[in-house]
Amino acid sequence: MSWEVVIGLEIHAQLTTQSKIFSGSSIAYGASPNSQASAIDLGMPGMLPVLNAGVIDKSISLGLALNAEIGRKSVFDRKNYMYPDLPKGYQTTQLEFPIVGQGSLEIDVDGEKKVIGVTRAHLEEDAGKSNHGVVPGMSGIDLNRAGTPLLEIVSDPDMSSAKEAVAYAKKMHELVQYLGICDGNMQEGSFRVDSNVSIRKPGEPFGTRTELKNINSFRFIEKAIEFEIERQIEVIENGGEVVQETRLYDSENDTTRSMRSKEEANDYRYFPCPDLLPVIITEEDIQAVKATMPELPDTKRIRFVSEFGLSDYDAEVLTGSRDMAEFFEAVVKATDNKDAKLCANWMTSGFAAAINKDNLAVTDAPITAEMLAGMLNRIMDDTISGKIAKQVFEAMWNGEGTADEIIEAKGLKQITDTGAIEALVDEVLANNQSQVEAYKGGQEKMMGYFVGQIMKASGGQANPGQVNKMLKEKLS
Amino acid sequence: MHNLTIKQMSEKLHAGEITSVQLTQHYLDRISQYDAELNAFVTVTPELAISMAEAADKMLAAGNGELLTGIPIAHKDIFCTDGVKTSCSSKMLDNFIAPYDAYVVEKLKKVGMPILGKTNMDEFAMGSTSESSYYGPTKNPWDLNAVPGGSSGGAAAVISAGLAPMATGTDTGGSIRQPASFCGITGIKPTYGSVSRFGIVAYASSFDQAGPMTRSAEDAAWMLNAMAGFDERDSTSLERETPDFAAELNQPLKGLKIGVPAEYFGEGLDSGVEDVVRNAIAEVEKLGAETVEVHLPNKDLAVPSYYVLAPAEASSNLSRFDGVRFGHRCEAPKDLEDLYKRSRSEGFGAEVKRRIMVGAYALSAGFYDAYYLKAQKLRRMVRDDFTKAFESCDVIMGPVAPSPAFNIGEKSDDQVSMYLSDLYTIPVNLAGLPGLSVPAGFVNNRPVGLHIVGPYFSEAKLLNIGHQYQQVTDWHKQMPEQYQ
Repeated sequence: MSWEVVIGLEIHAQLTTQSKIFSGSSIAYGASPNSQASAIDLGMPGMLPVLNAGVIDKSISLGLALNAEIGRKSVFDRKNYMYPDLPKGYQTTQLEFPIVGQGSLEIDVDGEKKVIGVTRAHLEEDAGKSNHGVVPGMSGIDLNRAGTPLLEIVSDPDMSSAKEAVAYAKKMHELVQYLGICDGNMQEGSFRVDSNVSIRKPGEPFGTRTELKNINSFRFIEKAIEFEIERQIEVIENGGEVVQETRLYDSENDTTRSMRSKEEANDYRYFPCPDLLPVIITEEDIQAVKATMPELPDTKRIRFVSEFGLSDYDAEVLTGSRDMAEFFEAVVKATDNKDAKLCANWMTSGFAAAINKDNLAVTDAPITAEMLAGMLNRIMDDTISGKIAKQVFEAMWNGEGTADEIIEAKGLKQITDTGAIEALVDEVLANNQSQVEAYKGGQEKMMGYFVGQIMKASGGQANPGQVNKMLKEKLS
Repeated sequence: MHNLTIKQMSEKLHAGEITSVQLTQHYLDRISQYDAELNAFVTVTPELAISMAEAADKMLAAGNGELLTGIPIAHKDIFCTDGVKTSCSSKMLDNFIAPYDAYVVEKLKKVGMPILGKTNMDEFAMGSTSESSYYGPTKNPWDLNAVPGGSSGGAAAVISAGLAPMATGTDTGGSIRQPASFCGITGIKPTYGSVSRFGIVAYASSFDQAGPMTRSAEDAAWMLNAMAGFDERDSTSLERETPDFAAELNQPLKGLKIGVPAEYFGEGLDSGVEDVVRNAIAEVEKLGAETVEVHLPNKDLAVPSYYVLAPAEASSNLSRFDGVRFGHRCEAPKDLEDLYKRSRSEGFGAEVKRRIMVGAYALSAGFYDAYYLKAQKLRRMVRDDFTKAFESCDVIMGPVAPSPAFNIGEKSDDQVSMYLSDLYTIPVNLAGLPGLSVPAGFVNNRPVGLHIVGPYFSEAKLLNIGHQYQQVTDWHKQMPEQYQ
């Protein structure tokens, strides 16, 4: 008798604004405690919130990307509860009229496509942080984060495995970065995933769910959900009941443990915030956002296959981030679209390997798209071979100049002079008489040996095509 | 000097006949002389006042003075004032000194109005008598046994006794107009959104509105000109060009249509008050106005609606007073729960606690629809009544309160009776309309005001009517004998 798994995700994406959602304080990460907390962020008497208009367009763009309804009248509500890192005693959020309504996102798990519903996305302010243990016997409150703009993206309970949940989370992670509305930094908490997990017998109503909060890597999200599914099955099969609660994932022991039970939950006494007017969004506002939206990953992927003849795999890798895709397109453009496949190969192997090795972001790479294109142009016009290109690439990466400068300085130009190649061929054949006999006796694999020897003698610079052609002539 | 109108004071200041320092010192002297018995001030700021007066005199001497430059003012203790205690008459904020000015304070400072001090009020503006102040009740200058009204009772007493020529007030559920009526002064609550709420300690955000409390409608017009304006720091502030509220002062009232709502003259209205109000309306008719009967059928829904919505907002607005960052903090808290419980139990008075509990209840799961949402519906019905009434009249006139000022302690044990005494003022707050109270006579030697309510943005018209009425009457010029 098998169990059906039901998973829904709540993702908090921190929006890439300069300042907080209701005040002018900076939201830069890592500042000293309370250095980015104004009188508004401190909830001082008489202070009032003023909406940062930047969060509206960013939210609309996500809504459009999810084919969602945009809330034409979006209302902020107060969620009342008291905690020292919540200065006003309420969080300003959206309950009944969120800025983004029902939408969806298509995911791909091992080649199987599935559409995951997105219930809604609403704007809210983040709380501050309580630091226990910094001051002995007391809790330190840091309000730098208080008021940071968040878009909480709530999925339908449409995922039925940890793999699907992670595929959805990754897809959303890619999307918000593509849209430029969130930097996606999970370590700094800019993209936080909470998972609601429950199990049931097929056809039965939903089981009691538990929530796994604030896990900061996709790998751990997958492991945590998998553990939690196993735990719930065990509880139920042993005659117990799953308790509705929040559980924390312990990555060291690969387990989850109870954090707080919902029975202790507050009555949040939501009501519309009387300090903020409803946000009215017109068709013109939506069209204006649409006009400035970047091409979305799925569209780009399909276009890369059709326009450049790339494999699905290469298109997938190249559109994995907006920076990578833009770099690739710049390379293709700078090589006059002569050989997009060659560009793709170099991007997915040489370039991708190099940034991974040095742990760099695409935008921090030491070479520009124009530099990479400069090298690829020399491959395409036979100035250098693919093998020599690896040497050139490494030199460029180390800051030794452009491809042309390196080829010139190191004398790496391919030998295409027929006379010079003929001399090399003759020399190698003369020095390897027994192998020539063997070849003539039917051992055709000797051809590879001759090519290798000739290339070696040329220091790798002989044009391999010409060498092959000449060898065949000489040996026939 | 304290019998001059604002315009007269301004003329003397600009002509150099008096200095702002002299004028300010005159009021400071009167405060020292009379405030001990009135308890109208929470804080008096003589040094600040004199240094601001000196600066104002320099502005005047340099020819940079505006109409109100050099004229001293008293701020209700709900307006945050940089460097001066802002207590809201609560133990909770007894130690609170804001590091910023409220928009209104900032604006009037820039004009050069010396600050005499901060006036007493009902704690967190919750009350109609100023008795709930942590600092004790303010007395009515007309009768020291009577309340001055509330919540801006200190401000009303200050103007009535001539301890300041102008004072700021706030009106959430009648808190400018009712004390104005009880103390025989002029007070106007402008259209919601006309004056920025930035820096005003919030009670009920969707109702709170600041306004002038003065001796005459003309003075109020000058002061409103200086207080109003769009402020980007308050999202509910009206984004429009601020009109000249004094522009219509001298217009004749010929053809003015006064709506007289039958519902405002029914059961519960003191017959003496009714006579005063009807006589006042008759006086305005003599100036060329005519009366029409109008109806506000949902009047009785206003008080219940208000006493759900205002406490609901208050319960949330007052959550920030938790003993963590500012305000009263209990001694040696055991843990977080203890810190919250004791700081708040000790810091808030009974009426504030009552409204927090009522409000939290109205918002709680399972009760929200029956209370909060229903009260919002009633609020719309009350507003629609006015919209309909204004189809057949220009303004509505009636009483401000059902009785003149009552005695201190008389209603403090009967909350419902006290809440019901706001039945004429609260509908105006629910609708967000402007309302004016001008002195119109006396009942048992206690002042009674005439309430004039107009459509949105009709402040200039209301002040015009008030001013024309004050041209033919002298109720507003009368002062309690011992303070003349």
